[in-house]
Amino acid sequence: MSLRIVVAVKYVPDATGDRHFADDLTVDRDDVDGLLSELDEYAVEQALQIAEDADDAEITVVTVGPEDAKDALRKALSMGADKAVHVEDDDLHGSDVMGTSLVLAKAIEKTGYDVVICGMASTDGTMGVLPAILAERLGVPQVTLLSEVKVEDGKVTGRRDGDSASEQLEASLPAVVSVTDQSGEARYPSFKGIMAAKKKPVESLDLSDLEIDADEVGLEGSWTKVDSAAERPARTAGTIVKDEGEGGKQLAEFLASQKFI
Amino acid sequence: MAEVLVYVDHVDGAVRKPTLELLTLARRIGEPVAVALGAGAEATAPALAEHGAVKVLTADAPEFADYLVVPKVDALQAAYEAVSPAAVLVPSSAEGKEIAARLAVRIGSGIITDAVDLEAGDEGPVATQSAFAASFTTKSRVSKGTPVITVKPNSAAVEAAPAAGTVEALSVSFGELATGTKVVARTPRESTGRPELTEAAIVVSGGRGVNGAENFSIIEALADSLGAAVGASRAAVDAGWYPHSNQVGQTGKSVSPQLYIASGISGAIQHRAGMQTSKTIVAINKDAEAPIFELVDYGIVGDLFDVVPQLTQEIQSRKG
Repeated sequence: MSLRIVVAVKYVPDATGDRHFADDLTVDRDDVDGLLSELDEYAVEQALQIAEDADDAEITVVTVGPEDAKDALRKALSMGADKAVHVEDDDLHGSDVMGTSLVLAKAIEKTGYDVVICGMASTDGTMGVLPAILAERLGVPQVTLLSEVKVEDGKVTGRRDGDSASEQLEASLPAVVSVTDQSGEARYPSFKGIMAAKKKPVESLDLSDLEIDADEVGLEGSWTKVDSAAERPARTAGTIVKDEGEGGKQLAEFLASQKFI
Repeated sequence: MAEVLVYVDHVDGAVRKPTLELLTLARRIGEPVAVALGAGAEATAPALAEHGAVKVLTADAPEFADYLVVPKVDALQAAYEAVSPAAVLVPSSAEGKEIAARLAVRIGSGIITDAVDLEAGDEGPVATQSAFAASFTTKSRVSKGTPVITVKPNSAAVEAAPAAGTVEALSVSFGELATGTKVVARTPRESTGRPELTEAAIVVSGGRGVNGAENFSIIEALADSLGAAVGASRAAVDAGWYPHSNQVGQTGKSVSPQLYIASGISGAIQHRAGMQTSKTIVAINKDAEAPIFELVDYGIVGDLFDVVPQLTQEIQSRKG
């Protein structure tokens, strides 16, 4: 039987753009170009490698997001994923990680999966907890923050490089995996891949398709509230000195004046 | 007074500094009850008591070391059910965030991660967070259930506040998922003798300008003269010059030390995301136009191979 790989991806505002909050304190998606979160490209790449190693595999990319989030799905399809699922519903606006993970979990269950692969974190919210929450909601093993991953013989194995130790992990499928940016450079879509992606199926689902009530998600359904968001004041301009041979000593003088030495 | 659960990060009984900082924050909200798991759990009690823990709930079982994350979630949930706390605070390590998130789902609570400050509020604890590569500061709270909040290192001062710190055994029964992910081997990271990157008061980082793994020795020498941790930019890590565990930036560690010294780092948004909240920032770079100079309190436009060794030598001679 074919190995069913589902990659959960996020459409985010470009981190190199001038990101802001909207009036309702959600992420402003209108004024900055959006794209597939860079860290999710690593998840797509590992999915492709796992599929290449398997006799028979199918990769589905899933996202929850507004109309434009299709761009993120197209990117993943052009890299080589087979099909996509887009959960889109006006009532989803402002969902926090609990709302988003609920929707993703239902969409992934509906799609059917042997292994779910995520990036290590989104580049906008940067929480890094969604994969663990998905594993909890789906009731399957969590094999997260891997810098190396393999799927074979109904098992997922991988290396997790933690703060104090490097761990070799093993779990039976089905499982939820997340991969870090150390897992291997993501491929660029080929011209052929880009053309092929246009013909690949993208299924659209809304909340009613997933039997989720509108009040469980969105800004109102969030279990957290952002009360305020303020731009950090620009750092006051410091002293900049050109090294004329005494730069190190001048710097030592500054550090001494600040009581660091 | 309401009790606040504090998850303890420790190594064989030695409590790590971010946990002591959490106790400072927990005391703003209520009475800290600590939860220490695994080998050496009971040995954490004296340090926790000294910093305000009224109780220390402990549990040890092979599952904590042999399986990933979930056994600790089971234990923290048992503590939650035993105490009915006003909030649950967890250090913002990779594992801490995962434990906190799974607990939050189970108990039907909202979660806030990577808080950099925490205050009591009329509607529950108010967490300060940095957003969008630290260009924004937000204030948030959990609006459903018992607030579960993870807090970054260096978010509060460690304060002595002696309390009873009574040790109580926590009874934990592991669920079916606890043994889902086996840790088949563990290789401890070799100790460098330098402070932990995220906890250090001073961080000295090197980037593309260091131009080779062998040249990192001059960054390390400066770090050692200041008792600092060593960091590296993504460019230096991707080039294989320094380990990923030392990477500062969006996909590495985010640090907030008293002093950050960037050598040969241009200051791309990816890097700024991880160091922008440092108290004092110093940079050494050949390129006067490098964006890092927009952040600095003091900058030297010059060759780091001249400036850094001179700085190291000057520090050593001043120390005598």
